Amino acid sequence: MTLANPQPQALNFDCETGNYHTFCPISCVAWLYQKIEDSFFLVIGTKTCGYFLQNAMGVMIFAEPRYAMAELEEGDISAQLNDYEELKRLCAQIKRDRNPSVIVWIGTCTTEIIKMDLEGLAPKLEAEIGIPIVVARANGLDYAFTQGEDTVLAAMAARCPDKITAPEEKEERNPISRLLNFGRKKEEAIAESGEAESVDHPPLVLFGSLPDPVVTQLTLELKKQGIQVSGWLPAKRYTELPLIEEGYYACGVNPFLSRTATTLMRRRKCKLIGAPFPIGPDGTRAWIEKICSVFGIEPQGLEEREAKIWESLEDYLQLLRGKSVFFMGDNLLEVSLARFLIRCGMTCHEIGIPYMDKRYQGAELALLEQTCHQMGVPLPRIVEKPDNYNQLQRIAELSPDLVITGMAHANPLEARGVTTKWSVEFTFAQIHGFANARDILELATRPLRRNNNLKELGWEKLVKDEAKV
Amino acid sequence: MKLAYWMYAGPAHIGTLRIASSFKNVHAIMHAPLGDDYFNVMRSMLERERNFTPVTTSVVDRNVLARGSQEKVVDNIVRKDGEEHPDLIVLTPTCTSSILQEDLQNFVERAQLDSKGDVLLADVNHYRYNELQAADRTLGQIVRFYLDKAAKKGELPSGKTEQPSVNIIGLTTLGFHNNHDCTELKRLMADLGITVNAVLPEGASVQDLKNLPRAWFNLIPYRELGLSTAQYLQEHFGTPYVDVTPMGVVETARCLRQIQAVLNEQGAAVNYEAYIEEQTLHVSQAAWFSRSIDCQNLTGKKAVVFGDNTHAAAITKVLAREMGIQVVMAGTYCKYDADWFREQVGPYCDEVLISEDNAEIANAIARLEPAAIFGTQMERHVGKRLDIPCGVISAPIHIQNFPIGYKPFVGYEGTNQLVDLIYNSFTLGMEDHLLEIFGGHDTKDVITKEMAPDSDLNWTKDGLAELNKIPGFVRGKVKRNTERFARDRGLSDINAEVLYAAKEAVGA
Repeated sequence: MTLANPQPQALNFDCETGNYHTFCPISCVAWLYQKIEDSFFLVIGTKTCGYFLQNAMGVMIFAEPRYAMAELEEGDISAQLNDYEELKRLCAQIKRDRNPSVIVWIGTCTTEIIKMDLEGLAPKLEAEIGIPIVVARANGLDYAFTQGEDTVLAAMAARCPDKITAPEEKEERNPISRLLNFGRKKEEAIAESGEAESVDHPPLVLFGSLPDPVVTQLTLELKKQGIQVSGWLPAKRYTELPLIEEGYYACGVNPFLSRTATTLMRRRKCKLIGAPFPIGPDGTRAWIEKICSVFGIEPQGLEEREAKIWESLEDYLQLLRGKSVFFMGDNLLEVSLARFLIRCGMTCHEIGIPYMDKRYQGAELALLEQTCHQMGVPLPRIVEKPDNYNQLQRIAELSPDLVITGMAHANPLEARGVTTKWSVEFTFAQIHGFANARDILELATRPLRRNNNLKELGWEKLVKDEAKV
Repeated sequence: MKLAYWMYAGPAHIGTLRIASSFKNVHAIMHAPLGDDYFNVMRSMLERERNFTPVTTSVVDRNVLARGSQEKVVDNIVRKDGEEHPDLIVLTPTCTSSILQEDLQNFVERAQLDSKGDVLLADVNHYRYNELQAADRTLGQIVRFYLDKAAKKGELPSGKTEQPSVNIIGLTTLGFHNNHDCTELKRLMADLGITVNAVLPEGASVQDLKNLPRAWFNLIPYRELGLSTAQYLQEHFGTPYVDVTPMGVVETARCLRQIQAVLNEQGAAVNYEAYIEEQTLHVSQAAWFSRSIDCQNLTGKKAVVFGDNTHAAAITKVLAREMGIQVVMAGTYCKYDADWFREQVGPYCDEVLISEDNAEIANAIARLEPAAIFGTQMERHVGKRLDIPCGVISAPIHIQNFPIGYKPFVGYEGTNQLVDLIYNSFTLGMEDHLLEIFGGHDTKDVITKEMAPDSDLNWTKDGLAELNKIPGFVRGKVKRNTERFARDRGLSDINAEVLYAAKEAVGA
């Protein structure tokens, strides 16, 4: 690690060749079908797509998943078969076997190249079979990994109701407050909760798919400040998509949701709260503070709360302080994670990232910069569309203490004595909010703890000839 | 369009990549969109490979759609040639490039001008071939390319090796137990006094391919992979081949007798009968096992077999012929080679199923109710659902099917492994069955794991709801910690907030 360079004053953005390893964005079906319980995801693509899903999702494939491939055959490609008739046949079969409340079509590279008009076919078929069909073009031509969720949620945003008349339906549309208050009358609930009195603020909708326990935690966190979350995009069920009217406020919980944010602003006329993301206690506090400031609320007790969380992390922080980390980049969580790890006392050489939306991530980038200044460490280089081969050269040169990377490189790097953490785990673990900060560090320190356990064995480099990379 | 939840054989490019990455110092460049390089993950994870998988992508993105790949593919090939100096770069088409219909052959020719290594375009069409067919074709293509090249340069060595020798063809990366099979086959050849001239493609160097014709014969252990190469070598160099899979006692003997015949035709004068007898009766335990009373108990038990051609056929024969088990159904997903399969297993099973549809196979298993299944990972899960034990005998496979311990399926040690696999599947089934009849191991009332403290605490509905979301194996611990937390603070009601506050405080 060299600190010879003078510290740059502003973040340094680079863009390389885009020759990097990541998951195909269709992988989003794996977590979204579980999140949206009454959905069915139909991926319209080839054997290549199917093979990826089948292998990447491992055992989930056997659990009778609510997703399937519409596998295109040569007749579909050469238009000998009629797309509409074919999709109608398959969707009718899905309706008969599973009876979902929504069918989500995932467009792939192939449907893009042969220009299958999914957006055009969907409304016609929807009218014919009586099930909503949502189209998301989550393909590898345009997007990387978690951006798949972004395309699905952006399409879902268009389906959120904008006016609700019947009162009983309204109740169903707000499952979170129902869960928290458990059928009690609203006033009663407030009186009993002993929390801050609910402040009068415009409706707030949060977007981003998170496991239900994390949804509850973040909702409660805002409730402590008197902020009521009127809905989440996505909700547990498609039929519970939140009400979104013009003038509502919206705030993202994940860094890869640029399209959804744009759709909410432009199409649904929401006001976007640009905040850092609630990853790590620093991020969570900044996230809440930003929402509070927009609503003119003085946040209560956040500083103590954050300090307390940091205190409880001390055992892990000791392992991380002074160590360096290198993000190869594949899931767009990189900036937020780097910001948190720098706050933990690490230095960061490089943040590789598939795609950098400087507007949507603006607040997060500002917090990263501020964190670096406060911790007195050099600003990392942010490399958009990285080139994995070049990165491996840089890793060889810098020998960072921890490389956060995809599975394609993890084992080979470990065999060369470079400690790695598999990046995909951050996507599937619970990492949001105060309470889950420990889980992030549990992941980040695991290879370091493994190193400590095995350090006396002297078996670090396990390849014979030190290959070029 | 076809509604599919699962597939047995992968797309064509996987076959090509398996061949390319099996060779030493061969690099594959996929013409594919971002994310199609999942092969690297599989190789790195399943095989726990220490080296970087020599596969990169020339990414097809919007710009490529708009303007064509133009210089991109050529640049990527030349760049890789300069970076890693591979002997050969294989440009690998995917489903995407199949429909883009760019002139990849032209890119290859242009890249060849500026590359030190050789450059080839894998001749596989995504919509016509699957993984296995593509692998077979690509191997044939590479072998042909280097033999032609050597012939043109006049570098083909003349004549055979002095001692009888063999090329073992078809062992690849990500093949089912291929690395163990390879070791076992080499041992077997050593026992027979046969030199191994080459193993293809795993670990081979393309520079050595010109020596292939020096072998006395080719051994093709797997039906799916290597046959076209063997046929080519026979046509052009007159090298005979043996394509009997030495899996199971009888088939191993048959394989060895064919080798004997092939060598004797070339004047080797070998006789393997004594070796076969010694191995069968005293070294392999399989023959003895089939006489032992354990195996007697398996007589007439029903089994279903499903997998690729090689393994499903071999296991069917072992079960029926060597263990007296009734194979009620044998099936394969190698539809393109179904006639061979029918001919192989016809006499040994009641019913043959040729299908790529996992639901059809699951339904057949449910209908037949066998005592054990021998299939792929998919059949293992069908077995789980139906409570039928399953031994995994064929790809598609998971990481547990890449064991570190020595577990060949071929040769005499392979027969021992098969006995364990088959016997363990059945006894597990029997044990289960007996337990059910007698009502489980422990018929007394189950003592609760939870030591119930006479709780003065009240879990609210939402508190309980949240508690129930916590995975079962830690729920007890979380519950105890939360209650302690609530007691310490004098709280009488535990709701979701208390639960999460406790989680934070205790780190539970």
